[in-house]
Amino acid sequence: MADEKHVTLRYFASVREALGCDTERWQTRAATVAALHAELLNRGAPWADALSAKGLRMAHNHAMVAGEVALSAGDEVAFFPPVTGG
Amino acid sequence: MAARVTIQPNDFDVSAELAALRRGDGRVGAVCCFVGTVRDVYPDGARVQQLELEHYPGMTERAIEAMIEQAETRFDMLGARVVHRVGVLQPCDQIVLVAVTSAHRGQSFLACEFLMDYLKTQAPFWKKETTPKGAHWVDARASDDDALVRWGIQAGNASPLPGA
Repeated sequence: MADEKHVTLRYFASVREALGCDTERWQTRAATVAALHAELLNRGAPWADALSAKGLRMAHNHAMVAGEVALSAGDEVAFFPPVTGG
Repeated sequence: MAARVTIQPNDFDVSAELAALRRGDGRVGAVCCFVGTVRDVYPDGARVQQLELEHYPGMTERAIEAMIEQAETRFDMLGARVVHRVGVLQPCDQIVLVAVTSAHRGQSFLACEFLMDYLKTQAPFWKKETTPKGAHWVDARASDDDALVRWGIQAGNASPLPGA
């Protein structure tokens, strides 16, 4: 079993509104961003719905990722809907 | 070197930005720019009264800087400048400026369009529109993903990539 570590979770736009939260510290044993995502889905409402929204995108330390990225202590992982700037 | 990417609530002066971008550089023979502005018509016919833009401080700047670096590997460009506003905007307000300089027009036209196509699907910004019917988050458009595919890049924004 991997060691426990603290990571920072960030939520934006509709995900932020659904969770009523923009930032939180989270203790996890997840080895990858995908595993962390799965763990958060198991927190129940409102995370299960907000983090399974269609087209949900994830960023790891400010870079877009698909999920299979190693997670280290102190990392920042963000969850948000498809982007609509410009 | 002046900052190439700025995210700000305030409006920007296109003429001043373009002048600063090419200032003193005698190699520049072409300056191409795109300015995105707030429309007041929503697809269902409702009038947009207000547009609110959210971003991811730190990541947004870094993502756009990476796009400029990507553009520099593809096009023979001399300089680039991106200014994007956040916060509450009104119809007809300016939202974004993308400007590129090059020796001849072809490369700056291409680089400018490439940067906008990339920004639309890969830079973390989110728009929320207010119409008389209420406020809602703007949906991403599949046509914006398609625009990036023209450059050989899978966007995976409005439509998630297979396996993602």
